[in-house]
Amino acid sequence: MVMKLHEYQAKDIFAEAGIPVPESRLASSVEEVMEAVEEIGYPAAIKAQVHVGGRGKAGGIKIAMDEDEARQAAEDILGMDLKGYTVDRVLVEAGVDFENELYVGITMDRSEGKPVAMVSTEGGVNIEEVAEENPDAIAREHIDPAFGLHPYQARKVVFEAGIPRDVAFDVASFLTTLYDLYESNDASDIEINPVMITSDRDIIAADAVMNIDDDALFRHDDLAAMEEDAYENDLEAKAGEYGFDYVRLSGNVGIIGNGAGLVMTTLDLVDYFGGEPANFLDIGGGAKAERVANALDMVFSDENVDSVVFNIFGGITRGDEVAKGINEALESFDEIPKPVVVRLAGTNAEEGMEILNTDLVQVEGTLEDAVQRAVKNAQEVSQ
Amino acid sequence: MSIFVDDDTRVVVQGITGGEGKFHTRQMVEYGTNVVAGTSPGKGGQDVDGIPVYDTVEEAVDEEDANASVVFVPPAFAGDAIFEALDTDLDLVVAITEGVPTQDMAKVNKRLSETDTRLIGPNCPGIITPGESKLGILPGNIFEEGNVGLVSRSGTLTYQVVSNLTERGIGQTTAIGIGGDPIIGTSFVDALEAFENDPDTHAVVMCGEIGGEDEEQAAKFIAENMDTPVAGFIAGRTAPPGKRMGHAGAIVSGSGTGTAESKISALNDAGVPVGDTPNEVADHIEDFL
Repeated sequence: MVMKLHEYQAKDIFAEAGIPVPESRLASSVEEVMEAVEEIGYPAAIKAQVHVGGRGKAGGIKIAMDEDEARQAAEDILGMDLKGYTVDRVLVEAGVDFENELYVGITMDRSEGKPVAMVSTEGGVNIEEVAEENPDAIAREHIDPAFGLHPYQARKVVFEAGIPRDVAFDVASFLTTLYDLYESNDASDIEINPVMITSDRDIIAADAVMNIDDDALFRHDDLAAMEEDAYENDLEAKAGEYGFDYVRLSGNVGIIGNGAGLVMTTLDLVDYFGGEPANFLDIGGGAKAERVANALDMVFSDENVDSVVFNIFGGITRGDEVAKGINEALESFDEIPKPVVVRLAGTNAEEGMEILNTDLVQVEGTLEDAVQRAVKNAQEVSQ
Repeated sequence: MSIFVDDDTRVVVQGITGGEGKFHTRQMVEYGTNVVAGTSPGKGGQDVDGIPVYDTVEEAVDEEDANASVVFVPPAFAGDAIFEALDTDLDLVVAITEGVPTQDMAKVNKRLSETDTRLIGPNCPGIITPGESKLGILPGNIFEEGNVGLVSRSGTLTYQVVSNLTERGIGQTTAIGIGGDPIIGTSFVDALEAFENDPDTHAVVMCGEIGGEDEEQAAKFIAENMDTPVAGFIAGRTAPPGKRMGHAGAIVSGSGTGTAESKISALNDAGVPVGDTPNEVADHIEDFL
């Protein structure tokens, strides 16, 4: 998984490494925005700091030419809902007088198992569209992770992309600095779109996307401290507290299982048998009773859920532990909120079946039967 | 016959004194795996259930003639442990650990390309040749000796499909979980190629999932190079774009690559039937045999 940095956090990291960024201030109120623009001057960009792609199109970025426009932009953006996230901070940034807009990015190419540097002269627009419609417009160079990005490679990819010759060396050295940041911070991807070439032929990082591999956060205390809870809804926040891999969907059949592949398969079967999955919830390997109970609490907290299917194929997860957790969770209710279908297979499944309180749950022997029954339950409850 | 592991596999368990390492070493030994040594830096000279513990993999190879390792080392140290195994010229390294930093794996992957060692994983359940040897955490009792090869990204989905096969009396030559991370050692293509060259494997199950393009590459390989029939399953048909479904690698990108539809149609185009349910996969295999 990845930890997303805000634009302002990424730009702080860039600036420290010597990458030029526009002068800016972070503001969380209209007054602070007005103080910031007074110092920075006009034009100024007011940019929402939320973990959402396509902020500009969604109205999260505005350019102010004067005081009135700045105040209006601050009032519009602060507090607005941007694709489910509330904007509580904006970056107020000096406008840049530019002649060219470039795209520069570094990401992990999973099929090669190597990082890849990407450069394009078609910056400032949706790069995924460029990649689809005109893939040749993006020059790419794979990087040997043992040695890093050699300077000759940086020059090569810059020349291939057709960067204006007067700034080519500068862009190449910009790219090598960026790869150093990518490696030293365990980034999963860095994207600057656009990189602006000013009328004075200087290079400035006008935007900044930087995501960190969160499996590597243990060796980056400074980055870990920047992590902020960013969930799309309260349920995902709750899953974060419980430490579950959880994704909310729009259906009404709640799904709990162990192992990503099997949980995905359970979702697919709910759909296949005419139901609609409410969520993906993986309790992981070797879950104990408490974790199982937390999973049920999690799914019952989703008001859309009309029925639950619990599908466990134990390898390191033990059926008796799962049964204990289900009993504990359900026995705490005066009335079971929604019907629960349980299917236990694998390690200690027989012991689990003996423990399981079958007054509280419906038991099925196969995956297909369990899913079909849960789908039927959901249809009955929702009628 | 079988692929990658058999009775002759001599295993060193890296991280044998940890909770996971100790527990699964017992399970492996109980299954019949020839575990000859363990490593745990600083604990050389001790033993776990009579299995000698060494400080380094090199000593385990020199003293006990180990030719394969299983890695149960925590994620922060797993990359280093895999490097140690690769630098000792083992035939096979199976990395169970989940959560190895991706850039560590990129460096491992580079070193791997310079060696003759096979790496399976990380973030995988391991590999089993029923009746002979298992390296990893797969529950041995659901497997049976037979003629079907199985390769899968996911552990528990493997167990599901295997139980659908075993219930019908269809056994397995070897089953491999290749792992759910973006960068892994053994790919679908590597495993399929080995099954194709194994005369005892008469049919193969391939269980893929959303994310990346490995399944599409596997489909191409099957169409061009395989006579052994293959049946497939793809998990994640209902996964929304941009959301990681548990596995670090299981994500349909915003631009729409890595979808289940793309993988299923690539497999179908290669003549591979894809089951709508795990049980349907077993139906297809039964038809092949």
